[in-house]
Amino acid sequence: MAPEETKEKETQEEYSYYPGCSLHGTAHEYEDSVQEVFRLLGIRLTELPDWNCCGASSAHMTDHGLAVDLAARNLRIAGRLGKDLLVPCAACFHRLKAAEKAMGAQGGQAAGVRILHLNDWLRRSEVLRRIREAVKRPLNGLRLAPYYGCLITRPPSVTDVEEFENPRSMDLLIRVLGGEPGRWSHKTECCGGSLTLGRSDITNTLVSRIIKAAVRADARGIVTMCPMCQANLESNQLELKQRDRGHPVLPIFYATELIAACISDSTSGKRWKAHLVDPAGLLDAPALQP
Amino acid sequence: MPGAYAPFPLTFDRRVSVQMEPIAEGLMVRKAGEDLLDELREAGADATACYQCGRCSAGCPVAEFFDLKPMQVVRLCCYGREDLLIKSRTVWLCASCETCTTRCPNDIDIARVMDVLRSRALRKGQSGTEPKVVAFHKAFLGSIRNHGRVFEIGMLTSYMLRTGDLFSRVGLGLEMFKRGKIKLLPERIKGSGEVRAMFRRKQK
Ligand code: SF4
Ligand code: SF4
Repeated sequence: MAPEETKEKETQEEYSYYPGCSLHGTAHEYEDSVQEVFRLLGIRLTELPDWNCCGASSAHMTDHGLAVDLAARNLRIAGRLGKDLLVPCAACFHRLKAAEKAMGAQGGQAAGVRILHLNDWLRRSEVLRRIREAVKRPLNGLRLAPYYGCLITRPPSVTDVEEFENPRSMDLLIRVLGGEPGRWSHKTECCGGSLTLGRSDITNTLVSRIIKAAVRADARGIVTMCPMCQANLESNQLELKQRDRGHPVLPIFYATELIAACISDSTSGKRWKAHLVDPAGLLDAPALQP
Repeated sequence: MPGAYAPFPLTFDRRVSVQMEPIAEGLMVRKAGEDLLDELREAGADATACYQCGRCSAGCPVAEFFDLKPMQVVRLCCYGREDLLIKSRTVWLCASCETCTTRCPNDIDIARVMDVLRSRALRKGQSGTEPKVVAFHKAFLGSIRNHGRVFEIGMLTSYMLRTGDLFSRVGLGLEMFKRGKIKLLPERIKGSGEVRAMFRRKQK
């Protein structure tokens, strides 16, 4: 299955980079793995100086003007750097793209640079080729469920993503890494991240359905590119298991953690230290052995 | 999803104030709740384009917990029943997953309809139906206003004080702290004054 050819031939060797609050805090392992992957591939990331919070769901859910203002300040900084902007967090990506569209619609000048999520970056065939060439420890057929969630792809009028009902960037990635992407029902279903504090009963229900769907597809783990999805899936399944000991529990990986594990020299167990569900055993045997 | 296509229970309500508006020579129509419809149109969501196909409700992952289905929310906007909408649980339980917006055959941005209704509910002092959800948004935004970036401990403390929900997630918090996921000090940015000015603009 070849990835769709993208127009440009050359891979860009430098991006500006917007980590967002999650990657500087609760999702620091996502940030670490993004930095590691780009360093190993020889691509420079320049963090936006003095970036501010994008406003996340709370701003746009309650005040549209504030949401646009918060995101627009970051876009102006990105415009000054003049490089395409890489945004690994799904919610930040969504807010920055929405602000870009809103500024355009108001006749204003958006950043003048492209805003890319890792999903868009992986859709460049050149990128997958480079990752494949760099793989040292393939996944040896490990079956994983690629989970895209909501904001990386929806709505296409904001994200400019062409494959939104059945996205494939992580499916292709898992194959390139030597694993087996599970075909499953819940790859773009919402995990209820924004309700996790206010209505954990709803979040529990949605997460339970997603985990059980992945298990039905014989997946041994779930792969995501969203810090809210990762935290929400990981913590809610533990709560579910406390209540029902038969409830399945799967490790939840960031796509970049898997890339790093496959292409780096180190097999250090430290990589998984931040995880509430330790995936080390799954990756040590039999996969990922040099 | 049971109930997703539940028949719409309300007929046009004659209690709402009704103004008359000429749309063609000699032809007058009712005008009710026009300011909501105007705000929605400005936001790019024309609720009047809805033909009640039910796609939005069928795909909504949270609809089973809603008191009004997404298709009913859109229709009630047309009926001028903002009074029901801003008191509903639905507007606060909507997870902004954008499934409805993506699938509406008439390009109605339903997730944005929910945003508009939430901000109107807050403007009208209506946030009683899902107080914890509202408390979360307020705590989150307060953290951005204070630091320019979200500071988890400050945000969670503010949330716990607002809700009185002090212990339900303490165990999880400790696990996250052990894994270096919770910082003890906020990150500060030079542009924090600019960020605060955005919040002041908002309050006017
Ligand atoms: S999908 Fe669109 S047209 Fe269909 S019921 Fe929902 S809002 Fe109306
Ligand atoms: S955006 Fe809200 S109403 Fe629309 S499908 Fe998602 S949860 Fe349902």
